[in-house]
Amino acid sequence: MMKKRIANWKVKENITFNQNYCLLKLTLEDEPFPEFLPGQFVQVKIDNSEKAFLRRPISVHYVDEKERELYLLIQIVGTGTRYLSCLQPDDSLNLIYPLGNGFSIPDPSKKSKKLLLIGGGIGSAPLLYLGAFLRERGFTPTFLIGARSERDLLQLEEFNKLGTVYTTTENGRSGEKGYVVDHSLLRKKDADFIYTCGPNLMMLSVARYARENGIPCEVSLENRMACGIGACLCCVEHTIYGNTCVCTKGPVFNINELEWQI
Amino acid sequence: MADLSIHIGKLELKNPVLTASGTFGYGLEYADFMDLARMGGIFVKGTTLHPREGNDYPRMVETPSGMLNAVGLQNKGVDYFISDIYPEIKEIDTNIMVNVSGSTVEDYVACTEKIDALDKIPAIELNISCPNVKQGGMAFGTNCSAASEVVRAVRKVYHKTLIVKLSPNVTDITEIAQVVEAEGADAISLINTLLGMAIDAERRKPILSTITGGLSGPCIKPVALRMVYQTYKAVKIPIIGLGGISNWKDAIEFILAGATAIQIGTYNFIDPAIPVKVVEGINEYLDRQGVCSVRELVGGLIA
Repeated sequence: MMKKRIANWKVKENITFNQNYCLLKLTLEDEPFPEFLPGQFVQVKIDNSEKAFLRRPISVHYVDEKERELYLLIQIVGTGTRYLSCLQPDDSLNLIYPLGNGFSIPDPSKKSKKLLLIGGGIGSAPLLYLGAFLRERGFTPTFLIGARSERDLLQLEEFNKLGTVYTTTENGRSGEKGYVVDHSLLRKKDADFIYTCGPNLMMLSVARYARENGIPCEVSLENRMACGIGACLCCVEHTIYGNTCVCTKGPVFNINELEWQI
Repeated sequence: MADLSIHIGKLELKNPVLTASGTFGYGLEYADFMDLARMGGIFVKGTTLHPREGNDYPRMVETPSGMLNAVGLQNKGVDYFISDIYPEIKEIDTNIMVNVSGSTVEDYVACTEKIDALDKIPAIELNISCPNVKQGGMAFGTNCSAASEVVRAVRKVYHKTLIVKLSPNVTDITEIAQVVEAEGADAISLINTLLGMAIDAERRKPILSTITGGLSGPCIKPVALRMVYQTYKAVKIPIIGLGGISNWKDAIEFILAGATAIQIGTYNFIDPAIPVKVVEGINEYLDRQGVCSVRELVGGLIA
């Protein structure tokens, strides 16, 4: 496993979407560019804020190794994320990285495997890097992305470059109306592996669908964290191994490891 | 370069910067970020006689300049510590100390005896102040006769350096400190977390699964400083000060209030390399102030 590091990254670009989201492109100067695995996250320091005292765990949205850039896709929900949305080019941002374990990548000899990546809301963020990583290894991922409204469906053009994209919205203005688990694509039941990230209730219904149909499934959890490195034991999830740190043993778990009522 | 070395009981520490139990795992979690040997010592995660699963999630909530936790002493028990953790950490060139927790006096004693058998553990920190366990824990640290009983029982079987960690959730911390000193503790550490609570107004529910939890972080520093100051005047044994320390200046403030050494706790989560920075900051401060040894600074407030 790669050594964890702490360093200041430089903001190259900060793009705001729909006032509720921002895409931060960060670069690392004077240090070797780290290796990130899809599903891993970074701990972002929010400077000089008494309200955002702890670091914010943010998943790796995309990695452009050629440009030495790390992308973070952020939903602006509170003090910490608002701070991130206000960062300007050349500002510095302190990160601890890379953290956690990534999604499992199938054996490259099984390129015909049908991989379904299901994202909900901002939970779709890590699926872009996962999709790109799979694509680079010869797989053709399929994306199913759900959101509250068409304004919450993000980076669709980028997802489209990597595979077929299906969408759902609760208001029906983009893709099928309803939740991801209601999408007609799932009636075909022909996925060989499902990766999912999103709100817990959504992941629970995806996990149920996967279990009912005998499809292996991995979920990425976002439990409340403090340290992000397995020291504080705050972010634990009930698993078959007992209370387990999401930050170090996760954030990605196979659904068979979880004590969920699937 | 000033002399940073200090003594606590039979312990010799290369500097007064230690890390607080429960915020530093077993040390190894931080090995990627700094040379652990540069610290005075490490208090590893609270260890109990039997394994504990800890409390249900959510166990943590952020608060202004701090956080509440209700981890509940999750650990795999002292036997696991001895078989699986100790071999991994015993060669780290610093003082590795175990925080011993329990629900009954017998548990504290039995756990202590097992730790006593480990050559490379020169001290224990008796945790009579955990606010997040149903039985024992803080109950021992908020009542003079209970504190006296547990310290006496442990002192009888433990002849290395015995540090007792005190709870701030009392009317007068100096009373407990004096009782603990009278029972033969070599040092006291204070403060553990302050009992607190957080509520989700929209859902009209407490946020933590346990309703209450322990408050830590810079928000508790003034309370901790005050308690160190009061206790320094009440006891003769050394005090290890902690509570919201996040930089060298905070550390110096605790030493001036009467702490011989300090622990860094919650801020390890924000900056996992902070202990080394605090060591360097203390050294520069002493040089700048023309103080030869950090020992001269203890309780060194100018009247």
